[in-house]
Amino acid sequence: MAAPTTLSAPSRPRSTSTPSARPRRHRMSGWHFFLFPTALLFMVPFVQMVLASLSPAAELVQFPRPLLPSRLTVEGFVGLFTETPALRWLLNSTIVAGSAIVAQSVLCSLAGYGFARLHFRGRNVSFFAIVATIMIPTQVLMIPTYVLFARLGLLDGLTAATVPWLAGAFGIFLMRQFFLSIPVEMEEAAALDGCSRLQTFFRVVLPLAKPALATLAIFTLLGAWNDLVWPLIAINSEHNFTIQLGIANFQGTRRTQWSLLMAANVVATAPLIAFFLAAQRQFIATMTLSGMKG
Amino acid sequence: MALPRITVVGELPAGDLPAGSRRLRRWVETLQGWAFVGPATVIVLGLSIFPAAWSLVLSLQKWDGFSDPTMIGPANYSRLVTDDQFWDAVRHTLFYTVLFVPTSALMGLFLAVALNRKIRLIGFYRTAIFVPFVASAASTGILATYLFSPQFGLANDVLRRLGLPQQGWLEDPSQAMVVIAIMSLWGQAAFTTVIYLAALQDVPAELTEAAKIDGASPWQTFWRIVWPHLSPVTVFVVVWQTIGAIQLFDLVYTTTRGGPLDATKTIVYFLWERAFRTLEFGYGSAAAYVLFAVTLLITIGIVVYSRRRNLEAF
Repeated sequence: MAAPTTLSAPSRPRSTSTPSARPRRHRMSGWHFFLFPTALLFMVPFVQMVLASLSPAAELVQFPRPLLPSRLTVEGFVGLFTETPALRWLLNSTIVAGSAIVAQSVLCSLAGYGFARLHFRGRNVSFFAIVATIMIPTQVLMIPTYVLFARLGLLDGLTAATVPWLAGAFGIFLMRQFFLSIPVEMEEAAALDGCSRLQTFFRVVLPLAKPALATLAIFTLLGAWNDLVWPLIAINSEHNFTIQLGIANFQGTRRTQWSLLMAANVVATAPLIAFFLAAQRQFIATMTLSGMKG
Repeated sequence: MALPRITVVGELPAGDLPAGSRRLRRWVETLQGWAFVGPATVIVLGLSIFPAAWSLVLSLQKWDGFSDPTMIGPANYSRLVTDDQFWDAVRHTLFYTVLFVPTSALMGLFLAVALNRKIRLIGFYRTAIFVPFVASAASTGILATYLFSPQFGLANDVLRRLGLPQQGWLEDPSQAMVVIAIMSLWGQAAFTTVIYLAALQDVPAELTEAAKIDGASPWQTFWRIVWPHLSPVTVFVVVWQTIGAIQLFDLVYTTTRGGPLDATKTIVYFLWERAFRTLEFGYGSAAAYVLFAVTLLITIGIVVYSRRRNLEAF
């Protein structure tokens, strides 16, 4: 039989005995010696988090601390949901992130399409202004936005936590780039068939935009769910906290109730980890793109 | 056969219409355009350009949010220059930036090179390294206080088992910032790694293959062939991570709240305290504008430098 001729692999005596199209598979790559411990090291914080959330509270403040809990218990989670409004916080975060995702998908794709395809007065100026705002650090906006919301009577409510997430420069930019990349002929055909702009947009263009929308949704989810600074400034009452604000302020009052704290950490992080594991490829695409926003 | 005239709505043929009708058409197009972009544009600009301008005015005022603001000109800025606490915050931020930015770029590069191969378990390796990216600052902060707790934390437990001296970690002024940097690296390794991975996959395979045939070692291939291709990405990563580093706040808030002995009080933490703890809106805004200016200068500086050396990154 014909041995595979690859230019890259000089034949070694060992590899002649088992001819294969993938000559590198024969010996274990040396990179495992680096990658395996590194991967385990990266997992340590999450593993510790889950273990602590399932440990009996007393064992977490023992010295020396046992490496593994003597038994697994859900007391931490029970305590979390009975002693604190964590359920309410989760609901709040879900409302904020959910509305943000829906609003961004609708508003940013409409705007992205407008900037990509429609010709109207003020288009270039407003698009340039939107892109330029990406440079402005949040810190510059914190104080006036706080005062603005206070004047509008929106402070200390979920509206305050949600409004800044309803649309974003990055989302508009992302959707515009996407719409520019799809061929205009399909829209022309739809227009010939008598579709209005809006019909063309909803029936022809938007169905094509699913990958871009997925990226936008993930980007918005990560931002809105994990946001700390804005809820910290805008929300005071405990029942209006998002889960992030809730767990961040936990620390002050329940600093050593580790099993409770870690249970809270698990419920705050688990949804995102689950999404990540389910849609890893899209998350990674989002990471690459969100880097491009600079 | 008469070909149908292909037009896009919004760009209807205007040549054969009377002037009045053409003007009407323009109006309709403009209205239609703004109907599409209007809502998002109003939100984005209304929550950025308008507050940014207001913030600039605020930075020239003395205001506690309740009484009438008084115009004091550049006094807030001159006060910053002589404020020791501000300069301490600058020093702490700088220390963090120096710790974080080069390490995160190098780590990303190294992890990307390691992960850019088809070996067994590669999916597991990637997932394990990437998944911390979804952890929020609050969650990372809590994990940091737990893992680096001097009494009960895993870090000291490992040191004890190895017979090494115990450390104060977040409770030690000289170590707290290092711990924060370590946790940032844990959460953000994915970002720089993914950027470098994408760049590595853009390196033409023919070049590395050719180098291999010519007898170049992997080491030589990397530095002579691959690395030059990665320079623009490196510029981008450094700019991006620097901007993020000088805006450090969340992790400080969720770990040390600026302590111990103010050792982790960064510029943004200082700003936040001035604005929302002592209600010095004008002074806080001035600090924010200084931060904005520094961000712009760093970005422009690095970009100009890279242009000079022909490393087109932007």
